[in-house]
Amino acid sequence: MEKFDAIVVGAGPSGNAAAYTLAKAGLSVIQIERGEYPGSKNVQGAILYSDALERIIPEFRDEAPLERHIIEQRMWVLDDDSYIGTHYRSDAFNQVPYNRYTILRTQFDKWFSEKVSQAGAMVICETTVTDLIMDGQRVVGVRTDRENGDVFADIVILADGVNSLLAKKAGFHPELNPGDVALAVKEILFLPQETLESRFNVKEGEGVVIEMIGKITQGLMGTGFLYTNNESLTIGVGCMLSDFKEARIPPYLMLEMMKNHPAIKPLIEGGEMKEYTAHLIPEGGLKAMPQVYGDGWMIVGDSGMFVNAVHREGSNLAMTTGRLAAETVLELKQAGKDMSKSNLAAYRTRLDDSFVMKDLSKYKDMPGIFHANPQFFTTYPELVNNAAKTMLTVDGVDKKSKEREILKSFTSSRSLLGLMGDAYKMWRALR
Amino acid sequence: MLHIVVCIKQVPDSAQIRVHPVTNTIMRQGVPAIINPYDLYALEEALRIKDKFGGFVTVITMGPPQAENALRKALSFGADDAILVTDRAFAGADTLATSFALASAIRQIEKNMPVDMIFCGKQTIDGDTAQVGPGIAKRLNLELLTYISSITSVSAGKKEIVVQRRSEGGVQVLKTRLPCLVTMLEGSNEMRFATMPNMIRAARTTVKRWDRIAAGIEDVTKIGLKGSPTVVSKVFAPSPKTVKAEIVQTESNEPQDLVGSLLMRMFTKFPHVREELEKSATV
Ligand SMILES: Cc1cc2nc3c(=O)[nH]c(=O)nc-3n(C[C@H](O)[C@@H](O)[C@H](O)COP(=O)(O)OP(=O)(O)OC[C@H]3O[C@@H](n4cnc5c(N)ncnc54)[C@H](O)[C@@H]3O)c2cc1C
Ligand SMILES: Cc1cc2nc3c(=O)[nH]c(=O)nc-3n(C[C@H](O)[C@H](O)[C@H](O)COP(=O)(O)OP(=O)(O)OC[C@H]3O[C@@H](n4cnc5c(N)ncnc54)[C@H](O)[C@@H]3O)c2cc1C
Repeated sequence: MEKFDAIVVGAGPSGNAAAYTLAKAGLSVIQIERGEYPGSKNVQGAILYSDALERIIPEFRDEAPLERHIIEQRMWVLDDDSYIGTHYRSDAFNQVPYNRYTILRTQFDKWFSEKVSQAGAMVICETTVTDLIMDGQRVVGVRTDRENGDVFADIVILADGVNSLLAKKAGFHPELNPGDVALAVKEILFLPQETLESRFNVKEGEGVVIEMIGKITQGLMGTGFLYTNNESLTIGVGCMLSDFKEARIPPYLMLEMMKNHPAIKPLIEGGEMKEYTAHLIPEGGLKAMPQVYGDGWMIVGDSGMFVNAVHREGSNLAMTTGRLAAETVLELKQAGKDMSKSNLAAYRTRLDDSFVMKDLSKYKDMPGIFHANPQFFTTYPELVNNAAKTMLTVDGVDKKSKEREILKSFTSSRSLLGLMGDAYKMWRALR
Repeated sequence: MLHIVVCIKQVPDSAQIRVHPVTNTIMRQGVPAIINPYDLYALEEALRIKDKFGGFVTVITMGPPQAENALRKALSFGADDAILVTDRAFAGADTLATSFALASAIRQIEKNMPVDMIFCGKQTIDGDTAQVGPGIAKRLNLELLTYISSITSVSAGKKEIVVQRRSEGGVQVLKTRLPCLVTMLEGSNEMRFATMPNMIRAARTTVKRWDRIAAGIEDVTKIGLKGSPTVVSKVFAPSPKTVKAEIVQTESNEPQDLVGSLLMRMFTKFPHVREELEKSATV
């Protein structure tokens, strides 16, 4: 019988952060990943936020496969054939150390996993954890799909991503609510470096991020994105699963429509598709969060709904929760305490003290508001785009009349009370 | 107890190789490395012999340090020992230099435990020459069995092996004495799913690393680029042929009509085919 200090299920950013932190401190760690190699199954936009990784591997900038650091952020509100938006570019983003990078997860995860192995953890791939082994109420190990596949440990960290079948099977999670998860599809389009850099007006190593909401999502609640990698673009779109179900629009079609938007088409022109992936994103926020620890177990990353959908942050919460879970284990081990539920409550305290819970509580009402008020994604984008068009069309109509026309377009689409209500709701949610 | 050495090579997963659209060079970055698929048949066959008759399986590869991953995988399937023959001096080896180095390393292995059988894959998916196996056999003066589709029996006592060999137009049943070298054909078996204890053992085992000296090689003119007479003069991607499909009308669906119409169409399109056929028919 094999017994370890810790078992980590999954080798995404959350599992890698946990396994790395534990192994580096000298604990015996086995990490089990079902993919052919770490990263083979994982999907992300992907923007990497430096801070979370820096706290785990301070020297990551010298080693990790990073694509471009972000110097410009565009936010677009799209209508059928137009967009209105902001572009923010600052030379401050060109100061080292850089704050955000684009990455390709397959390569990034592979690198991170090598660090985990080097730190001394045993990384076992192509192996699926099928069950948790219980001793009464306490998790004491995992069962895998291999012959003689049981492995035991003092603590099992579930880092198995969104839609954790394990947590559901063990009853730690209810079945995911389709209104709490988004389905995102994305493509990687190859584009020669020189073409990409001139098209986005950037120098080598510099990158641009475009975040989009509006008509692109066909009035469904969701967002689109376009990121620049070194020699490729990532383009994707995401929508709540429940909305896809209702609207009966297949995700790939939505992405196709987005790629044909007149504002986007010229940016991706000539791009050769290299990869097509689809993945779920847990976006239910704080209100959908399951219990994240118990006797002998903890949940980290997507599996615990640790995603800030408003700011498109996931991997950083994943790494942070992985690290905090590991630090909790280390602290208990050092104090000679066991991995009981009451002792592991220290994990929750660490979470509460970090940006993770602070941000998730700040935005706890957002998912609900957007869900109940689809006008944020449909009517408003159209109105704002029309307003811009009205204002910018020089046609002999005086500006005062144009303002009145714009105001009228808003109030006829949505009552004044409705408009004020929406503003209030947003203010409350963002406060 | 039978001692079986299995030669494996780490190759880029050809299913995932991409060609750079601009420079037309092969993009190796990000392409996962795998065990040459043919070598898995060799390894599985060796493991089956070990399961049946008892034995010890040593896997060996010559390659860069990353090739250790291929060996670790072989260990997880159940191989007992793994040796990575790695040295800068091996860089640029062709089949001649590769088989020289591997033969020399196998001689070193033999110093600890005599070798009864060596298994290789039929060929690799990147070099594709099918020369390394025969090259090793020749150097070690072993019986050579190529294109083997199945092992019928092995007698450890009599030191004999009976195999089936695929040849043009049939299957040969061959018997020879050990030691011998076998190159395995694809589809001869299916690789097992490693057990968890073997996965863990593989993760814990330190793969032996042999440099040139440890592999028993003194003469550096026999290895690496110096020992490789093969010259790659040009690498190119064949231009895709665009041949349009044609629909051939026939009088009826009778076989003779179908064949007749098809032949007539072919003859009008490729007159030389008719000429050649007629010539060979009159001989
Ligand atoms: C046209 C051509 C171009 C080449 N270009 C280069 C080059 O640019 N750079 C370079 O470094 N090399 C080059 N090589 C060398 C070649 O790729 C080799 O690595 C080597 O010679 C093995 O030949 P192969 O892959 O054809 O193996 P095969 O002879 O097809 O392999 C048969 C079996 O031998 C065993 N085997 C083969 N190689 C190994 C190994 N390394 N370790 C253990 N077992 C092994 C395996 O069991 C395999 O199934 C080239 C070869 C050719 C023919
Ligand atoms: C399209 C898209 C765009 C995104 N963009 C961004 C972005 O720009 N920035 C950002 O920070 N975040 C982004 N995210 C979110 C981010 O990808 C996730 O939050 C992050 O990957 C979560 O990490 P994780 O380790 O919890 O889960 P994952 O990365 O999903 O890893 C879970 C791992 O567990 C393995 N596994 C699952 N079940 C088992 C089992 N039973 N046995 C063994 N192994 C198992 C899986 O194979 C997988 O490797 C995006 C997500 C999507 C889908």
